[in-house]
Amino acid sequence: MDFKRKDLLGLEDLTRDEIFFILDTAKSFEGILNRRIKKVPILRGKTVVNLFFEASTRTRMSFELAEKRLNIDVLNFSPSNSSVLKGESLRDTIKNILAMRVDCFVLRHSTPGTPHFLAKEIPVSIINAGDGAHEHPTQALLDLYTIREAKGKIEDLRVLIVGDIAHSRVARSNIWGLTKLRAKVRVCGPPTLIPPMIEQMGVKSYFSLEEALQGVDVIMMLRLQRERQTKGLFPSINEYRDFFSLSEEKLKLAKEDALIMHPGPVNWGVELPFKIRENRRNVILGQVTNGIIIRMAILYLLLGRRR
Amino acid sequence: MAKLMDEREMVRILLRLAHEILEKNKQTEDLILIGIQRRGAPLAERISKLIKEIKGKEVPTGSLDITFYRDDLTRIGYHPVVRDTNILIPIDDKKVILVDDVLYTGRTARAALEALLDFGRPRKIELLILVDRGHRELPIFPNYVGKNIPTSLEEMVEVKVKEIDSRDEVIIIKKGKNGL
Repeated sequence: MDFKRKDLLGLEDLTRDEIFFILDTAKSFEGILNRRIKKVPILRGKTVVNLFFEASTRTRMSFELAEKRLNIDVLNFSPSNSSVLKGESLRDTIKNILAMRVDCFVLRHSTPGTPHFLAKEIPVSIINAGDGAHEHPTQALLDLYTIREAKGKIEDLRVLIVGDIAHSRVARSNIWGLTKLRAKVRVCGPPTLIPPMIEQMGVKSYFSLEEALQGVDVIMMLRLQRERQTKGLFPSINEYRDFFSLSEEKLKLAKEDALIMHPGPVNWGVELPFKIRENRRNVILGQVTNGIIIRMAILYLLLGRRR
Repeated sequence: MAKLMDEREMVRILLRLAHEILEKNKQTEDLILIGIQRRGAPLAERISKLIKEIKGKEVPTGSLDITFYRDDLTRIGYHPVVRDTNILIPIDDKKVILVDDVLYTGRTARAALEALLDFGRPRKIELLILVDRGHRELPIFPNYVGKNIPTSLEEMVEVKVKEIDSRDEVIIIKKGKNGL
Protein backbone atom coordinates (compact mmCIF):
# COMPACT_ATOMS: atom_id res chain seq x y z
CA MET A 1 0.00 0.00 0.00
CA ASP A 2 1.35 3.38 -1.02
CA PHE A 3 -0.14 6.12 1.14
CA LYS A 4 0.76 9.37 -0.58
CA ARG A 5 -1.89 11.77 0.64
CA LYS A 6 -0.94 15.20 1.88
CA ASP A 7 -4.12 15.68 3.91
CA LEU A 8 -6.76 13.81 5.86
CA LEU A 9 -10.00 15.57 5.08
CA GLY A 10 -12.71 12.98 5.39
CA LEU A 11 -13.68 9.36 4.97
CA GLU A 12 -15.60 10.20 1.83
CA ASP A 13 -12.25 10.56 0.01
CA LEU A 14 -10.57 7.44 1.40
CA THR A 15 -10.63 4.06 -0.30
CA ARG A 16 -11.35 0.83 1.51
CA ASP A 17 -7.67 -0.14 1.22
CA GLU A 18 -6.52 3.17 2.64
CA ILE A 19 -8.85 2.81 5.63
CA PHE A 20 -7.52 -0.68 6.36
CA PHE A 21 -3.96 0.58 5.95
CA ILE A 22 -4.58 3.32 8.52
CA LEU A 23 -6.13 0.82 10.97
CA ASP A 24 -3.21 -1.59 10.52
CA THR A 25 -0.68 1.20 10.96
CA ALA A 26 -2.45 2.31 14.14
CA LYS A 27 -2.08 -1.18 15.54
CA SER A 28 1.70 -0.82 15.53
CA PHE A 29 1.47 2.25 17.76
CA GLU A 30 -0.53 0.43 20.42
CA GLY A 31 2.53 -0.86 22.25
CA ILE A 32 4.00 2.60 22.75
CA LEU A 33 1.16 3.72 25.04
CA ASN A 34 1.85 0.88 27.45
CA ARG A 35 5.57 1.48 27.77
CA ARG A 36 7.39 3.25 30.52
CA ILE A 37 8.70 5.82 28.05
CA LYS A 38 5.63 6.59 25.97
CA LYS A 39 7.45 8.45 23.27
CA VAL A 40 9.28 7.66 20.05
CA PRO A 41 11.49 10.03 18.06
CA ILE A 42 9.96 9.27 14.69
CA LEU A 43 8.73 12.78 13.82
CA ARG A 44 11.38 14.74 15.64
CA GLY A 45 11.79 18.18 14.11
CA LYS A 46 8.25 18.42 12.72
CA THR A 47 5.92 21.17 13.90
CA VAL A 48 2.15 20.84 14.06
CA VAL A 49 -0.33 23.61 14.80
CA ASN A 50 -3.61 22.68 16.47
CA LEU A 51 -6.14 25.25 15.31
CA PHE A 52 -9.42 24.78 17.14
CA PHE A 53 -12.10 27.31 16.28
CA GLU A 54 -14.70 25.23 18.15
CA ALA A 55 -14.66 23.87 21.69
CA SER A 56 -13.06 20.46 22.23
CA THR A 57 -11.63 18.46 25.10
CA ARG A 58 -11.06 14.93 23.85
CA THR A 59 -10.06 15.58 20.27
CA ARG A 60 -7.74 18.41 21.11
CA MET A 61 -6.00 16.65 23.98
CA SER A 62 -5.83 13.46 21.98
CA PHE A 63 -4.15 15.20 19.04
CA GLU A 64 -1.75 17.00 21.34
CA LEU A 65 -0.79 13.78 23.12
CA ALA A 66 -0.41 11.90 19.84
CA GLU A 67 1.85 14.67 18.56
CA LYS A 68 3.97 14.68 21.71
CA ARG A 69 4.28 10.88 21.69
CA LEU A 70 5.86 11.21 18.25
CA ASN A 71 8.25 13.94 19.35
CA ILE A 72 6.50 16.63 17.30
CA ASP A 73 6.71 20.26 18.39
CA VAL A 74 3.20 21.46 19.13
CA LEU A 75 1.59 24.88 18.85
CA ASN A 76 -1.91 25.33 20.20
CA PHE A 77 -4.18 28.00 18.88
CA SER A 78 -7.59 29.05 20.09
CA PRO A 79 -9.41 32.07 18.67
CA SER A 80 -10.32 33.52 22.05
CA ASN A 81 -6.81 34.78 22.74
CA SER A 82 -5.63 35.44 19.19
CA SER A 83 -5.71 38.09 16.52
CA VAL A 84 -8.94 36.58 15.24
CA LEU A 85 -10.45 38.92 17.83
CA LYS A 86 -8.79 41.80 15.98
CA GLY A 87 -10.53 40.72 12.81
CA GLU A 88 -7.79 38.67 11.15
CA SER A 89 -9.31 36.28 8.61
CA LEU A 90 -8.78 32.53 8.74
CA ARG A 91 -6.83 32.65 5.51
CA ASP A 92 -4.48 35.34 6.84
CA THR A 93 -4.10 33.53 10.14
CA ILE A 94 -3.06 30.35 8.34
CA LYS A 95 -0.73 32.09 5.90
CA ASN A 96 1.00 33.87 8.75
CA ILE A 97 1.49 30.73 10.76
CA LEU A 98 2.70 29.02 7.60
CA ALA A 99 5.34 31.74 7.22
CA MET A 100 6.75 30.45 10.52
CA ARG A 101 7.59 27.18 8.70
CA VAL A 102 5.23 24.67 10.22
CA ASP A 103 4.56 21.21 8.74
CA CYS A 104 0.90 20.50 9.47
CA PHE A 105 -2.35 22.02 10.65
CA VAL A 106 -4.95 20.18 12.68
CA LEU A 107 -8.09 22.18 12.07
CA ARG A 108 -11.50 22.28 13.68
CA HIS A 109 -13.94 24.79 12.26
CA SER A 110 -17.69 25.27 12.34
CA THR A 111 -17.94 25.86 8.59
CA PRO A 112 -18.14 22.65 6.55
CA GLY A 113 -15.46 22.40 3.86
CA THR A 114 -12.97 24.76 5.55
CA PRO A 115 -10.14 22.20 5.67
CA HIS A 116 -10.85 21.14 2.07
CA PHE A 117 -10.57 24.73 0.90
CA LEU A 118 -7.34 25.35 2.81
CA ALA A 119 -5.78 22.06 1.70
CA LYS A 120 -5.86 23.35 -1.87
CA GLU A 121 -4.38 26.69 -0.87
CA ILE A 122 -1.37 25.64 1.17
CA PRO A 123 1.46 23.16 0.61
CA VAL A 124 1.56 21.56 4.08
CA SER A 125 -0.66 18.83 5.51
CA ILE A 126 -4.13 19.53 6.87
CA ILE A 127 -5.94 17.17 9.20
CA ASN A 128 -9.65 17.75 9.58
CA ALA A 129 -10.54 17.59 13.28
CA GLY A 130 -14.20 18.32 12.56
CA ASP A 131 -15.76 20.72 10.05
CA GLY A 132 -19.27 21.75 11.06
CA ALA A 133 -21.78 18.96 10.52
CA HIS A 134 -19.71 17.56 7.65
CA GLU A 135 -16.92 15.16 8.70
CA HIS A 136 -14.81 14.14 11.67
CA PRO A 137 -12.49 11.58 10.09
CA THR A 138 -10.24 10.74 13.04
CA GLN A 139 -13.30 10.01 15.20
CA ALA A 140 -14.72 7.62 12.60
CA LEU A 141 -11.33 5.92 12.21
CA LEU A 142 -10.98 5.38 15.94
CA ASP A 143 -14.54 4.02 16.00
CA LEU A 144 -13.71 1.59 13.19
CA TYR A 145 -10.55 0.59 15.04
CA THR A 146 -12.52 -0.01 18.25
CA ILE A 147 -15.13 -2.11 16.45
CA ARG A 148 -12.52 -4.19 14.66
CA GLU A 149 -10.57 -4.68 17.88
CA ALA A 150 -13.66 -5.96 19.72
CA LYS A 151 -15.33 -7.91 16.92
CA GLY A 152 -12.34 -8.98 14.82
CA LYS A 153 -13.97 -7.66 11.67
CA ILE A 154 -16.28 -4.97 10.31
CA GLU A 155 -17.75 -6.55 7.19
CA ASP A 156 -21.35 -7.76 7.62
CA LEU A 157 -21.71 -6.36 11.14
CA ARG A 158 -24.99 -4.60 11.87
CA VAL A 159 -24.13 -1.15 13.16
CA LEU A 160 -26.75 1.25 14.47
CA ILE A 161 -26.17 4.98 14.87
CA VAL A 162 -28.73 6.70 17.12
CA GLY A 163 -29.45 10.37 17.61
CA ASP A 164 -29.18 13.65 15.79
CA ILE A 165 -27.95 12.28 12.46
CA ALA A 166 -28.66 15.54 10.64
CA HIS A 167 -26.21 17.64 12.66
CA SER A 168 -23.62 14.93 13.26
CA ARG A 169 -20.25 14.92 11.54
CA VAL A 170 -19.43 11.80 13.53
CA ALA A 171 -22.40 10.01 11.95
CA ARG A 172 -21.51 11.16 8.46
CA SER A 173 -17.86 10.08 8.67
CA ASN A 174 -18.84 6.79 10.24
CA ILE A 175 -21.42 6.08 7.55
CA TRP A 176 -18.78 6.64 4.85
CA GLY A 177 -16.28 4.44 6.64
CA LEU A 178 -18.64 1.66 7.70
CA THR A 179 -20.29 1.30 4.31
CA LYS A 180 -16.90 1.24 2.57
CA LEU A 181 -15.89 -1.60 4.89
CA ARG A 182 -19.20 -3.30 4.08
CA ALA A 183 -20.95 -3.11 7.41
CA LYS A 184 -24.74 -2.96 7.40
CA VAL A 185 -25.54 0.47 8.75
CA ARG A 186 -28.78 1.67 10.33
CA VAL A 187 -29.55 5.14 11.58
CA CYS A 188 -32.29 6.02 14.05
CA GLY A 189 -33.68 9.23 15.54
CA PRO A 190 -36.65 11.56 15.45
CA PRO A 191 -37.77 12.22 11.85
CA THR A 192 -36.75 15.87 12.15
CA LEU A 193 -33.16 14.84 12.90
CA ILE A 194 -32.82 12.24 10.12
CA PRO A 195 -32.02 13.81 6.75
CA PRO A 196 -34.55 12.57 4.16
CA MET A 197 -31.81 11.71 1.63
CA ILE A 198 -29.70 9.74 4.11
CA GLU A 199 -30.61 6.37 2.61
CA GLN A 200 -28.72 7.36 -0.51
CA MET A 201 -25.56 6.88 1.56
CA GLY A 202 -26.38 3.17 1.72
CA VAL A 203 -27.97 3.07 5.17
CA LYS A 204 -31.43 2.18 6.41
CA SER A 205 -33.27 4.71 8.56
CA TYR A 206 -35.59 3.98 11.46
CA PHE A 207 -37.76 6.21 13.59
CA SER A 208 -38.37 3.58 16.27
CA LEU A 209 -35.39 2.63 18.43
CA GLU A 210 -37.01 -0.71 19.35
CA GLU A 211 -37.21 -1.69 15.70
CA ALA A 212 -33.75 -0.40 14.87
CA LEU A 213 -32.06 -2.31 17.70
CA GLN A 214 -33.16 -5.78 16.55
CA GLY A 215 -30.09 -7.97 16.17
CA VAL A 216 -27.44 -5.23 15.99
CA ASP A 217 -23.76 -5.89 16.80
CA VAL A 218 -22.76 -2.31 17.53
CA ILE A 219 -24.74 0.61 18.95
CA MET A 220 -23.29 4.06 18.44
CA MET A 221 -25.13 6.62 20.52
CA LEU A 222 -24.64 10.23 19.51
CA ARG A 223 -24.64 13.18 21.84
CA LEU A 224 -27.78 15.24 21.75
CA GLN A 225 -26.10 18.47 20.69
CA ARG A 226 -28.07 20.92 22.74
CA GLU A 227 -26.02 23.83 21.36
CA ARG A 228 -27.29 23.04 17.86
CA GLN A 229 -30.93 22.60 18.90
CA THR A 230 -32.34 26.06 18.48
CA LYS A 231 -34.98 25.38 15.88
CA GLY A 232 -37.31 23.27 18.01
CA LEU A 233 -36.73 20.08 16.01
CA PHE A 234 -38.10 17.96 18.85
CA PRO A 235 -40.46 18.96 21.67
CA SER A 236 -38.32 18.42 24.78
CA ILE A 237 -35.31 16.63 26.21
CA ASN A 238 -37.65 14.49 28.28
CA GLU A 239 -39.56 13.35 25.23
CA TYR A 240 -36.31 12.63 23.39
CA ARG A 241 -35.18 10.52 26.33
CA ASP A 242 -38.43 8.56 26.41
CA PHE A 243 -38.07 7.54 22.79
CA PHE A 244 -34.34 7.40 22.08
CA SER A 245 -32.45 6.75 25.31
CA LEU A 246 -30.77 3.34 25.41
CA SER A 247 -32.56 1.86 28.42
CA GLU A 248 -31.70 -1.57 29.81
CA GLU A 249 -34.93 -3.03 28.39
CA LYS A 250 -34.29 -1.67 24.93
CA LEU A 251 -30.70 -2.90 25.06
CA LYS A 252 -32.03 -6.46 25.30
CA LEU A 253 -33.28 -6.18 21.71
CA ALA A 254 -29.72 -5.92 20.39
CA LYS A 255 -27.37 -8.88 20.22
CA GLU A 256 -26.19 -10.11 23.59
CA ASP A 257 -22.63 -9.00 22.93
CA ALA A 258 -23.48 -5.71 21.22
CA LEU A 259 -20.93 -2.95 21.80
CA ILE A 260 -22.10 0.36 23.23
CA MET A 261 -20.18 3.29 21.80
CA HIS A 262 -20.36 7.06 22.13
CA PRO A 263 -18.03 9.74 20.71
CA GLY A 264 -18.32 11.81 23.91
CA PRO A 265 -19.05 13.94 25.72
CA VAL A 266 -21.98 11.86 26.98
CA ASN A 267 -25.11 13.55 28.33
CA TRP A 268 -25.60 10.93 31.03
CA GLY A 269 -29.28 10.60 31.75
CA VAL A 270 -30.25 11.77 28.25
CA GLU A 271 -29.06 9.54 25.40
CA LEU A 272 -27.51 7.02 27.79
CA PRO A 273 -28.85 6.14 31.25
CA PHE A 274 -26.34 6.39 34.10
CA LYS A 275 -26.45 2.62 34.51
CA ILE A 276 -24.69 2.11 31.18
CA ARG A 277 -21.54 3.55 32.78
CA GLU A 278 -20.96 0.24 34.53
CA ASN A 279 -22.07 -1.96 31.64
CA ARG A 280 -19.20 -4.16 30.49
CA ARG A 281 -20.23 -3.77 26.85
CA ASN A 282 -19.61 -0.05 27.08
CA VAL A 283 -16.34 0.66 25.25
CA ILE A 284 -16.53 4.45 25.44
CA LEU A 285 -13.25 4.90 27.31
CA GLY A 286 -11.57 2.39 25.03
CA GLN A 287 -12.55 4.67 22.16
CA VAL A 288 -10.72 7.51 23.87
CA THR A 289 -7.52 5.47 24.21
CA ASN A 290 -7.75 4.29 20.61
CA GLY A 291 -8.11 7.90 19.52
CA ILE A 292 -4.48 8.58 20.42
CA ILE A 293 -3.27 5.55 18.49
CA ILE A 294 -5.26 6.49 15.39
CA ARG A 295 -4.02 10.07 15.49
CA MET A 296 -0.42 8.90 15.88
CA ALA A 297 -0.89 6.72 12.81
CA ILE A 298 -2.39 9.57 10.77
CA LEU A 299 0.43 11.95 11.70
CA TYR A 300 2.98 9.27 10.87
CA LEU A 301 1.39 8.53 7.51
CA LEU A 302 1.10 12.18 6.50
CA LEU A 303 4.41 13.49 7.85
CA GLY A 304 6.63 10.42 8.08
CA ARG A 305 7.90 10.19 4.53
CA ARG A 306 9.11 12.17 1.59
CA ARG A 307 6.20 12.94 -0.69
CA MET B 1 23.73 -13.46 -7.75
CA ALA B 2 26.10 -15.63 -5.77
CA LYS B 3 25.50 -17.82 -2.77
CA LEU B 4 27.73 -16.89 0.15
CA MET B 5 26.39 -19.26 2.78
CA ASP B 6 24.23 -22.36 2.63
CA GLU B 7 22.07 -23.97 5.25
CA ARG B 8 24.80 -26.22 6.66
CA GLU B 9 27.19 -23.35 7.09
CA MET B 10 24.54 -21.15 8.69
CA VAL B 11 23.68 -23.86 11.20
CA ARG B 12 27.36 -24.32 12.01
CA ILE B 13 27.93 -20.60 12.41
CA LEU B 14 24.93 -20.15 14.71
CA LEU B 15 26.20 -23.03 16.85
CA ARG B 16 29.61 -21.39 17.06
CA LEU B 17 28.00 -18.07 18.05
CA ALA B 18 26.02 -19.82 20.79
CA HIS B 19 29.27 -21.29 22.13
CA GLU B 20 30.96 -17.90 21.96
CA ILE B 21 28.16 -16.35 24.01
CA LEU B 22 28.54 -19.09 26.63
CA GLU B 23 32.29 -18.68 26.68
CA LYS B 24 32.02 -14.97 27.39
CA ASN B 25 29.14 -15.35 29.83
CA LYS B 26 29.73 -17.94 32.51
CA GLN B 27 26.44 -16.89 34.06
CA THR B 28 23.51 -16.95 31.66
CA GLU B 29 20.91 -15.82 34.22
CA ASP B 30 21.04 -12.14 33.27
CA LEU B 31 21.14 -12.67 29.51
CA ILE B 32 18.40 -11.64 27.11
CA LEU B 33 18.61 -12.11 23.34
CA ILE B 34 16.70 -9.45 21.42
CA GLY B 35 16.35 -9.87 17.68
CA ILE B 36 15.98 -6.84 15.45
CA GLN B 37 12.99 -7.22 13.15
CA ARG B 38 12.68 -8.77 10.79
CA ARG B 39 15.29 -11.51 10.37
CA GLY B 40 17.17 -10.87 13.57
CA ALA B 41 14.13 -12.08 15.52
CA PRO B 42 14.16 -15.72 14.34
CA LEU B 43 17.95 -15.79 14.61
CA ALA B 44 17.72 -14.77 18.28
CA GLU B 45 15.18 -17.57 18.85
CA ARG B 46 17.49 -20.12 17.27
CA ILE B 47 20.52 -19.07 19.28
CA SER B 48 18.47 -19.24 22.47
CA LYS B 49 17.42 -22.78 21.52
CA LEU B 50 21.03 -23.78 20.84
CA ILE B 51 22.11 -22.43 24.22
CA LYS B 52 19.38 -24.50 25.82
CA GLU B 53 20.64 -27.62 24.03
CA ILE B 54 24.24 -26.97 25.02
CA LYS B 55 23.81 -25.81 28.59
CA GLY B 56 20.24 -26.68 29.49
CA LYS B 57 19.52 -23.07 30.47
CA GLU B 58 16.69 -20.92 29.08
CA VAL B 59 17.81 -17.57 27.75
CA PRO B 60 14.76 -15.35 27.23
CA THR B 61 14.25 -13.71 23.84
CA GLY B 62 12.47 -10.68 22.50
CA SER B 63 12.02 -8.81 19.25
CA LEU B 64 12.51 -5.17 18.47
CA ASP B 65 11.18 -3.12 15.57
CA ILE B 66 13.26 -0.01 14.92
CA THR B 67 11.01 1.82 12.42
CA PHE B 68 10.05 4.56 14.86
CA TYR B 69 13.74 5.21 15.56
CA ARG B 70 15.05 5.36 11.99
CA ASP B 71 16.98 8.45 10.94
CA ASP B 72 15.99 8.34 7.28
CA LEU B 73 12.19 8.33 7.34
CA THR B 74 11.76 11.76 5.84
CA ARG B 75 14.22 10.80 3.10
CA ILE B 76 12.60 7.62 1.85
CA GLY B 77 9.53 7.58 -0.35
CA TYR B 78 7.46 4.91 1.36
CA HIS B 79 6.18 3.80 4.74
CA PRO B 80 8.15 0.86 6.09
CA VAL B 81 6.11 -2.03 7.47
CA VAL B 82 6.17 -1.86 11.25
CA ARG B 83 6.67 -5.28 12.87
CA ASP B 84 6.01 -6.39 16.42
CA THR B 85 8.12 -5.30 19.31
CA ASN B 86 7.96 -7.90 22.04
CA ILE B 87 10.03 -7.25 25.09
CA LEU B 88 8.00 -8.88 27.80
CA ILE B 89 10.49 -8.97 30.64
CA PRO B 90 12.20 -5.94 32.18
CA ILE B 91 15.64 -5.34 30.71
CA ASP B 92 16.85 -3.18 33.61
CA ASP B 93 20.26 -4.33 34.84
CA LYS B 94 20.23 -7.25 32.40
CA LYS B 95 22.77 -8.07 29.75
CA VAL B 96 21.13 -7.66 26.37
CA ILE B 97 22.54 -9.17 23.21
CA LEU B 98 21.06 -7.52 20.13
CA VAL B 99 20.84 -9.92 17.20
CA ASP B 100 20.62 -8.95 13.53
CA ASP B 101 21.25 -10.63 10.21
CA VAL B 102 23.44 -8.08 8.42
CA LEU B 103 25.62 -5.27 9.74
CA TYR B 104 26.20 -2.60 7.10
CA THR B 105 26.11 1.17 7.79
CA GLY B 106 25.42 0.67 11.49
CA ARG B 107 22.32 2.88 11.37
CA THR B 108 19.94 0.06 12.23
CA ALA B 109 22.08 -0.86 15.23
CA ARG B 110 22.12 2.77 16.33
CA ALA B 111 18.33 2.95 16.09
CA ALA B 112 18.06 -0.33 17.99
CA LEU B 113 20.22 1.04 20.81
CA GLU B 114 18.00 4.10 21.12
CA ALA B 115 14.84 1.99 21.02
CA LEU B 116 16.17 -0.40 23.62
CA LEU B 117 16.99 2.39 26.04
CA ASP B 118 13.32 3.44 25.97
CA PHE B 119 12.49 0.07 27.52
CA GLY B 120 14.91 0.34 30.39
CA ARG B 121 18.56 0.57 31.39
CA PRO B 122 20.41 -2.67 30.71
CA ARG B 123 23.70 -3.27 32.50
CA LYS B 124 25.33 -4.00 29.17
CA ILE B 125 24.34 -4.21 25.52
CA GLU B 126 26.24 -6.32 22.99
CA LEU B 127 25.73 -6.86 19.27
CA LEU B 128 25.63 -10.19 17.46
CA ILE B 129 25.65 -10.25 13.68
CA LEU B 130 25.38 -13.12 11.21
CA VAL B 131 27.06 -11.26 8.35
CA ASP B 132 29.25 -8.18 8.61
CA ARG B 133 29.54 -6.64 5.16
CA GLY B 134 31.51 -3.52 6.12
CA HIS B 135 30.92 0.13 5.06
CA ARG B 136 30.13 1.50 8.50
CA GLU B 137 28.86 5.08 8.66
CA LEU B 138 28.74 5.16 12.46
CA PRO B 139 31.13 4.00 15.19
CA ILE B 140 29.39 0.66 15.76
CA PHE B 141 31.34 -2.55 16.36
CA PRO B 142 29.82 -6.02 16.74
CA ASN B 143 30.82 -8.27 19.65
CA TYR B 144 29.97 -11.52 17.89
CA VAL B 145 30.33 -11.97 14.11
CA GLY B 146 29.15 -14.99 12.15
CA LYS B 147 31.05 -14.21 9.00
CA ASN B 148 32.88 -11.23 7.56
CA ILE B 149 31.96 -10.73 3.92
CA PRO B 150 33.68 -7.80 2.20
CA THR B 151 31.31 -6.20 -0.31
CA SER B 152 31.14 -3.27 -2.67
CA LEU B 153 28.49 -0.55 -2.41
CA GLU B 154 26.93 -1.81 -5.64
CA GLU B 155 26.09 -5.13 -3.99
CA MET B 156 23.25 -6.18 -1.72
CA VAL B 157 23.52 -8.94 0.86
CA GLU B 158 20.34 -10.88 1.51
CA VAL B 159 19.94 -13.28 4.38
CA LYS B 160 17.14 -15.83 4.04
CA VAL B 161 15.89 -17.75 7.04
CA LYS B 162 13.57 -20.74 7.13
CA GLU B 163 11.05 -19.09 9.45
CA ILE B 164 10.33 -16.33 6.94
CA ASP B 165 11.74 -17.37 3.56
CA SER B 166 11.41 -21.17 3.92
CA ARG B 167 15.14 -21.65 3.40
CA ASP B 168 18.47 -20.76 5.03
CA GLU B 169 21.04 -19.03 2.88
CA VAL B 170 22.95 -15.82 2.30
CA ILE B 171 23.18 -14.45 -1.22
CA ILE B 172 24.82 -11.43 -2.77
CA ILE B 173 23.11 -9.49 -5.55
CA LYS B 174 24.48 -6.78 -7.85
CA LYS B 175 22.30 -3.70 -7.85
CA GLY B 176 20.98 -2.84 -11.30
CA LYS B 177 19.95 0.54 -12.63
CA ASN B 178 16.71 0.44 -10.68
CA GLY B 179 18.50 -0.37 -7.47
CA LEU B 180 17.96 -4.09 -7.93
